[in-house]
This record gives sequence, C-alpha cells and structure tokens, in this order.
Amino acid sequence: MRRTGLLFQVGVLARRSVVRTLRQPAMVVPSLVFPLMLLSINASGLESATHLPGFPTDHYFQFALAIPFVQGALFSANSAGTNVANDIESGFLNRLALTPLRRMALMMGQMAGIVALGLIQAVTFVVVGVAFGDGIAAGVGGAVVIVALSLVISLGFGLIGAFVALRSGSGEAVQGVFPLFFAALFLSSMSLPRNLIETDWFRTVATWNPVSYMLEAIRSLVIEGWNGEALALGFACAGGLALLAMVAASSALRTRMVRT
Amino acid sequence: MTGFWSVARAVAWRNIHNFFTNPAIIIPSLLFPLFFFTAFAGGLSRVDQVPGFDYASGYTTFVYGFVLLQASTFGGIFTGFSVARDFESGFSRRLLLGAPRHGGIVGGYWLAALTRAVFTISIITTVALIAGLDVNGNAIDLVGLYSLAVLVNAAAMLFGTGIAMRLRTMQAAPLMQVPAFLLLFLAPVWVPYDLLTGWVQSAASFNPVTLVLEAGRGFLAGEPEKVLPAFGVGLLLASLTVLWARGGLRSAERAA
Repeated sequence: MRRTGLLFQVGVLARRSVVRTLRQPAMVVPSLVFPLMLLSINASGLESATHLPGFPTDHYFQFALAIPFVQGALFSANSAGTNVANDIESGFLNRLALTPLRRMALMMGQMAGIVALGLIQAVTFVVVGVAFGDGIAAGVGGAVVIVALSLVISLGFGLIGAFVALRSGSGEAVQGVFPLFFAALFLSSMSLPRNLIETDWFRTVATWNPVSYMLEAIRSLVIEGWNGEALALGFACAGGLALLAMVAASSALRTRMVRT
Repeated sequence: MTGFWSVARAVAWRNIHNFFTNPAIIIPSLLFPLFFFTAFAGGLSRVDQVPGFDYASGYTTFVYGFVLLQASTFGGIFTGFSVARDFESGFSRRLLLGAPRHGGIVGGYWLAALTRAVFTISIITTVALIAGLDVNGNAIDLVGLYSLAVLVNAAAMLFGTGIAMRLRTMQAAPLMQVPAFLLLFLAPVWVPYDLLTGWVQSAASFNPVTLVLEAGRGFLAGEPEKVLPAFGVGLLLASLTVLWARGGLRSAERAA
C-alpha cells in the first residue's frame, strides 16, 4: 500500500481523533457521568410509574436503561462538532487542504474519535445495566446488538455535530445547537411508552420523532428479548440519520475546502 | 448609598442589555425550562393516575411548581456565568478599580438575575396557562409562591457569584451548575415525596429544596403546607450565600 493511500490517511487522522478525544477528560467524563446520574435519579423517581396499567416492566430502571445510550450519543454530537470547529478555528483544516488528503479520509478520520467514545459509553452502560438491573432479556447477543446500534446512533449525531461545525466554522454555534439535540430526546418516548402518553400532541410528536424508535429498539432488547420490528425501525432510523448527516457533512466539507 | 445604587444600576443595566440582545444567552435560559415543562407535563401526564398520586390540581400544575423553581434557580446560576465572563474579559477588573462601592456590583448582578428570572417565569407561566395550568391558590398564596421563587433566585445568584468571583473563569461553570442541578433533581420532581423510592427518597428527605418545592406546590393548589419551614430554608440559604458572595468579592478585590 502506498503511504498516501486512503486507508493510511484514514488511519493517521483516526488515531489523532481517538487520542484527542480520549485525552480530554472534560469530553469523556460528563458523557458517562451525566447519563448514568440521570438514569439513577429517573429509576428511583419514576419507579411508581410502573404501576400504570400496561407498563411493560416492573422496574423503571429496565425501561430507562435505553436513555443513556441516546443521551451519550448527544454528547458525541457536541464533542464531534467542537473538535471539527477547533480544527477550523485553529487553521488545522486550512493546512490539511494544502495536502493531497482525500475528503473521505478526513471525514472518516474525524469520526473515529466519536465512535471510540461511543464504544466506551455503550459498553459502560451495558455493564451498568447488567450490574444494577435485571440484565438484558435478549442475552449476550442482545448486548452486542445494543452496542452496535448505539455506535450507529453516535455516528449519526456525531456527523450532525460535524455538519454544524463545518457550515458555521464556530464552536459557539455547535454549543448553541446542543439544546436542540436535547429537545429531540425530550420529545420522544423517553419517559413513558408511546401508548401510555396521554397528551395527544405529545404522542404525535413522539411518533414522528426518530429518537423514539432508537430508544424502543434498545428497550426491546433489554425488556422483551428479540423484536424484529422494533430493531428494524431502530436501525433504519439510526442508519438513515447517519446517512443523511454524512451527505450533509460531506457537502459542507466540500464547500469549506473550496473556501479554504 | 448613592454610590451603591449608581454602581448597581450600571451593572444591572449592562447585564440586562446583554441578556436581551445576545441570543446565545437568552435562548438557553428560556429553552431548558420550556423543554423540561413540555417533556414532563406532556410526556408524563398519565403519572397522575398512579395509585397514591394525590395532587388535586393535576399533573401540569404539579410540574409547573418544579419548573418555576428551576427557572428561578437557573436565572441566578446563569448570572453567575455572566460574572465569570466579565472577569475573563477584564471588564470586572476595570469595574473594581472604578466603582466607588463594590457592594453595588453584587447588587447590580442580583437585579439582573431577578430580571432574567421574572422574564423566564413570565414566558413559562404563559405557556403553562395555555397548556392547562390550574391555579387554585388565592392572591396571598401566589405572593407566597413568587416570594419563594425570588428568594431561591437570590440564593442561586449569590452562590454562583461567590464561585465566579473566587475563580474568575468560565471553567468554573460546572461548579455552579452541578450542585444546583443535583439539589433540584434530588427533590420530588415527577411524583410526590411518598411515591419516591430508593436512594432518591432518602436524598429528598434531607434536601432543603424538597421543602421549598412542596410549599410552592401547596400555594398553587390553594392548600399551603410547610410554609414556615420553606421560608426558613429560603432565608437561611439567602443569608449563607450573602456571606459566600461577600467572601468572593473580597477575594476578587485582593486579586484586582
């Protein structure tokens, strides 16, 4: 392989991205601690909701376990966006533009750190779920699928963060978009199953919100076992989001490189 | 006192102007309480059918009690962020050199925090009324409710300002935000205290914010409860944080 081949370029940038992400405790620690803290508070605070007729489990912890996976991915979006914005603000991207680096390599390399962070998050949340909950109903295979799905979710949100950074070129803009990501989580079936949401408009929004299906896919593996429909919808929503975000981010990168 | 008020007015005016003209400051202040209100009041409304849920005014009003407290607290905490930003930009150093009465600086930040909280609460209350907020309390109950909110706002602002004046960097933001967040969420946020379980119930029983939250919900329902302990806690927090902010001001004066 030539030392300037695509794989080599991706490898160099991926290594830089992984090292940079993991060397920043301010990026890694909150993305693990906050979702776990909220899981713990939610599980105790809303345990009584399991008494509602039709609630799918006796332990709210099992129901809420899906939330940290998506919440962690939202932190990934912020991290990815901030890293790309830093590269733009520091002039690193300008210098890269003077090299024969391929855009595809740049994009894939930049996302490697986010995927690594997503892997750490997903494995941690699975371990916590097994240690403090009733385990994963779908077994070891289910845990592997949960990790795989959460990596796709992290990649999707990470690419959205990168897109915002590439379009705006500003870390402040990425931070400004962060609350919108949380709106997507809040307006989903995060707290109750959709069939138990009483408020009509909220149930409609949650039904149209792809985040609901990502949560429900993970939840199905934790609570029910193998549910093909929930998994297909979850992977379709996460994969579709990642694909759309990849197209948008690539287009923004092309524009950014032309400007450079 | 003339020097105190002229400084307080100038600091307050600058901060209020920044708040209303900078989208990066005003939008998160509004969005977060609105998200919480929407997510809880809309997504969790069926929780009022859980056996033992005994709040007569309904779930929207129950959640409003919490979001009001949250908006008051974060109106104060976000003002602490502004203090830290003013130190980072060098503005506060110049202010400390020029202001005849340094107490007026803290007074000005307090006026700004109060204005931010009043604005945010007005918006949230309007949204809540549209969403079905059912207030059964009378005018005196409402005075009690919003007086508690003002006390909490002042305590949060003084706490944040004390930290900002000691550390003088925006990197201190988590030190202001995380304790406030923990105190708020380790109270009976989604269900009454009796329906909490596990370690959160134990934490809520020691958490002073539980008293304030329950008193606020009592005012809204027109059935005031735990009023004296709640005001006692509010006044104690405000008094302690006055001392904390005063220490912060002395630290900033030494560094200026």
